[in-house]
Amino acid sequence: MSESPPTSPMPHIRHGSNIGQPLTRRDGILKVTGAARYAADNHPNGLAYAVLALSSIARGRVAFLDVQAAKSHPGVVEVITPANRPALAEDPDAKTNPFMFKLDLLQSDRVRYANQPIAVVVAETLEAATEGAALLAPKYEVEDPIVALDAGESFVPPSVGVGNPSEIYKGDVAKKLAAAANRLDVTYETPPQYHNPMEPHAIVAAWDGDMLSIDTPSQALAMAQGRLAGLFGISPDNIHIRSPFLGGGFGSKGFISGPQVLGVIAARMVGRPVKLVLRREQMFGPVGHRAPTRQTIRMGTDAQGKLTAIAHHTRTQSSTFDDFFEPASDASHTLYASPAISTSHDAVRVDTGTPLFMRAPGEATGSIALESAIDEMANACGMDPLTFRLANYADVEPISGKPFSSKALRECYTRGAERFGWAGRPLRTGQMRDRDGLLVGWGMGTATFPALMFQANAKATLRRDGQGMMEIGAHDMGQGAWTALAQIAADALALDMEAIAFRSGTSDLPDAGIAGGSAHTATAGMAIHNAGAAVIAALADLATSDAKSPLFGAGNGGVIARGGCLYARNDESRNESFADILSRAGRDEISAQGQSAADPSAQETYAMHSHGAVFAEVKVDPDLGQIRTTRVVGAFAAGRIINPRMVESQLLGGMIWGVSFALHEQAHMDRRSGRIINANLGEYYIPVNADVPSVEAITVEEVDSHVNALGIKGVGEIGITGTAGAIANAVWHATGIRVRKFPITLDQLITG
Amino acid sequence: MKSFEYVRPTTVREAVAAASEPGSAYLAAGSNLLDLMKGGVVAPDRLVDITHLTGLDRIETLANGSVRIGALVRNAELAHDAHFASHFPAVAEALLSGATAQLRNAATVGGNLLQRTRCGYFYDAASACNKRVAGAGCDARGGDNRLHAVLGWSENCIATHPSDFCVPLVAFDTVVEVEGRAGKRDIPLDQLHCLPADAPERDTVLERGDMIVAIRLPAAADRFAPHSRYLKVRERTSYAFAVVSAAAALRLDAGRILEARVALGGVALKPWRAREAELLLAGNQADAALFHRAATAALVDAKPSGDNGFKIELARRIIVRALSLAASGTPARVAALPASAFASGVTHHV
Ligand SMILES: Cc1cc2nc3c(=O)[nH]c(=O)nc-3n(C[C@H](O)[C@H](O)[C@H](O)COP(=O)(O)OP(=O)(O)OC[C@H]3O[C@@H](n4cnc5c(N)ncnc54)[C@H](O)[C@@H]3O)c2cc1C
Ligand code: SF4
Repeated sequence: MSESPPTSPMPHIRHGSNIGQPLTRRDGILKVTGAARYAADNHPNGLAYAVLALSSIARGRVAFLDVQAAKSHPGVVEVITPANRPALAEDPDAKTNPFMFKLDLLQSDRVRYANQPIAVVVAETLEAATEGAALLAPKYEVEDPIVALDAGESFVPPSVGVGNPSEIYKGDVAKKLAAAANRLDVTYETPPQYHNPMEPHAIVAAWDGDMLSIDTPSQALAMAQGRLAGLFGISPDNIHIRSPFLGGGFGSKGFISGPQVLGVIAARMVGRPVKLVLRREQMFGPVGHRAPTRQTIRMGTDAQGKLTAIAHHTRTQSSTFDDFFEPASDASHTLYASPAISTSHDAVRVDTGTPLFMRAPGEATGSIALESAIDEMANACGMDPLTFRLANYADVEPISGKPFSSKALRECYTRGAERFGWAGRPLRTGQMRDRDGLLVGWGMGTATFPALMFQANAKATLRRDGQGMMEIGAHDMGQGAWTALAQIAADALALDMEAIAFRSGTSDLPDAGIAGGSAHTATAGMAIHNAGAAVIAALADLATSDAKSPLFGAGNGGVIARGGCLYARNDESRNESFADILSRAGRDEISAQGQSAADPSAQETYAMHSHGAVFAEVKVDPDLGQIRTTRVVGAFAAGRIINPRMVESQLLGGMIWGVSFALHEQAHMDRRSGRIINANLGEYYIPVNADVPSVEAITVEEVDSHVNALGIKGVGEIGITGTAGAIANAVWHATGIRVRKFPITLDQLITG
Repeated sequence: MKSFEYVRPTTVREAVAAASEPGSAYLAAGSNLLDLMKGGVVAPDRLVDITHLTGLDRIETLANGSVRIGALVRNAELAHDAHFASHFPAVAEALLSGATAQLRNAATVGGNLLQRTRCGYFYDAASACNKRVAGAGCDARGGDNRLHAVLGWSENCIATHPSDFCVPLVAFDTVVEVEGRAGKRDIPLDQLHCLPADAPERDTVLERGDMIVAIRLPAAADRFAPHSRYLKVRERTSYAFAVVSAAAALRLDAGRILEARVALGGVALKPWRAREAELLLAGNQADAALFHRAATAALVDAKPSGDNGFKIELARRIIVRALSLAASGTPARVAALPASAFASGVTHHV
């Protein structure tokens, strides 16, 4: 028998604070043992199964559905089509605010993209519903779809992303370009990518009169509740959504999707609980995607390699019926100093579903183009890419002129370069080979993502038994919110992790805002922090105004909370436990609410962003063109790190998506039919383990007293940015071939 | 899902009888067949599950020295059989470069030979596909066809056969043992798969009820063991079908090639034996110039069927590389990334 000592998981060592500790996921054991119950794991009594029929054409009309055949299939309970779908209280095509997206809920027989839901079949079993859906054998009046980036009239959208101006001009780009010592004018293309979190969209819905109970993954419970309330004409309070775990979201579960709502409609129609789970291939259409882009970047520098002009133009697509415009050019707003900058977008309307937010929307697409162009510009100036970036470092936000609330990007460059071993990189391409003769290339990219904050509420409670509770309808998408937010909660309540209950993931809890924009920890965290402060203040009030308390007269500002006790700030021998204060006051518990929102005056004054520097090594077979990312090192500065373990995994996940963006991921759409030909995970390539043998994320200390009181920025999305460009640049450095159509595939190297 | 009958015969004879009924399909591990059924690409009325038949899971050396592999031997089992792998290292390497560990553990020898094309339009029931529905048309023509065939295709079908395993097998003159309604017969693997010509709906020469019971590698094949390799170019490092692949095997005598075997994968609707290249190689001194001439010869008839002209050049290059690798000798063990350009030692020293 081996004599090696038994290994145990690392104990949670704390040094006074829960924040900053690398705690493992509190739900980790539930997940690895299968005890964590995801939406589709629910089987209420009397459950029926719904399966969607999706259109196989991209544009036209459904002329016929063989409802009779489907209905006669044994086990089929109901077939829902535009002909019998119950009326809704709100038109699914209504758009009363820009943050509301149109849904396909069988409102007509019109088909506006491939894989649009055209009917729902409900049956006693999944198999019967599946066969019922197949038996519908739709007939169509087909019209020629338009799906290309050049198709149709282009137009300048009124805004891109979430209300960003689609064009911004600073300085005279044309004049600066004309006068530049070195110039660049290049065009890059990025492909459509489709949302494919591990867990497809799933819902189990049950009605009880006008009460609606739902299990479904959501990145924004309150918004989902509001949307459903509007569609079904009931009060949001009548809707209870449970979303304790998400098998990934990445933006696809930010808005409740059409298929999920169809599950609710089906449940209402059959008067039973209904489960609807999308099949993998059904993910390619009705739940959002990243639109393709074509980006033209023009740059100029002076003789010393200082940028004098950046012009970044993006052509993208939206659907024929709704608006979302990938804000790719916005990537050029913040990173590099230049006296003249212009960013602009135009778009065409195509017969696809409406593109939506996908991890780093705009930043990811824009970054791979911008970072490639910066690399090309550095090369044109004969400069090392890092030297070039440092020469063009933005000490203030280039367009707005605002100072940064914090920006440890220089440290990221230094730490990342050191860790990677960037020094000594040959300037010319094709100079490095490994001992097997494979071409080796090194590339880098700068990462950036705005530090956003939304609005949230939380409720804090302290109980007479010394325990505390924090309640907030926050979302654990796998990123570890259930752990990181609980750490903030424990500190906010001045209790140990073991002494608090942390309730989240259901819609009856206070609204935690949307888990998106890399802002969830900041947004929910600040609400938690404020709720904790409020309940401690209320408790302190009880103690300091009670003549029997050792803290009597200590005054509100004069006490501190620690380890379940209040202490007088100037004399710690005067103290009393939470439990004693509550008992004496005859209270079982004491509660308070906290809110969070971005501070408008800080936003007015400062530019707020996370930053990072990513260095990548690729190897390329000189004859066969096959590419492998052998090493990626990213150094990131993202304000205060609540849980280093969770943060590392967010950054790694983002960086791996960056590898995917540069080398693997793309939906192959047939131009003639508008159908996606690789709508499965066997052929919709993303990196496998062998594609990412070494990915390392380091965080650089950054103290930011302006973003919010906790100093939290975001880490969820930034990893993609910088990385994708770094890999593209490394491929160029290895081969001397500049591929500008992503992903970089080996045929482009063979024929390049 | 369409309802179907499921039968589990206990003898090969029963199985053949059951599968001779129209609308029947053999079910092995189902890693291809069940996907196709779920996608509505095929809709058999009856599945004849052969995984419970006995005696088809053996790897044996016959009296005449040939190696016989039962149709139900799992891909992983064969690749990890030490005796087999040492005699047919290129075959083991090809097997291990396919799919994933999970799939290889399940997939059978027979199923691998008979797996269907991965043409996206074949899988997409809403697209026109002559292979799926005779005479329906071919949407891959003029569509997304970057990975389609450059050899042996026709206007009716430009798909490729996706198997890695079959590529070295065809190079080694493997014979397929079939049991059918009229009894047993042997079919050379090279003649098992049909080129599309004018009947692309037909994958193989097998008739209704025909069951593959085993394959046989001739005794002579293992003489290539010291110099045989499989190399596979793919769009990610693992878990991807070949863009193009090649098996190369040589019998060498002091640097002179006595006999050569070359086959390509991912270029045609069958594993593609490059006999012109083999002829050119035999009797000559193994060197780079010769390998280039052989590669050129192997692709003389190649032409793009769409946006895939690069595959012709890639096929030439992979032949050259596979031949040089074979010439420099079979490594003692299969690399951690089998058949990959990134397996150490696969690229030339420069
Ligand atoms: C995601 C994915 C990736 C893959 N990647 C690769 C790859 O990189 N390289 C590669 O080579 N393969 C790859 N494969 C294919 C895999 O090798 C095949 O699916 C597998 O070999 C089929 O074997 P099976 O036993 O599952 O066959 P089944 O799916 O059971 O059968 C396949 C076909 O063969 C018929 N059949 C099976 N056995 C017999 C028999 N004894 N006699 C007559 N007919 C029979 C069946 O009727 C069916 O038509 C991949 C598959 C998947 C799903
Ligand atoms: S190439 Fe062959 S398999 Fe593909 S669509 Fe055309 S006919 Fe079908």
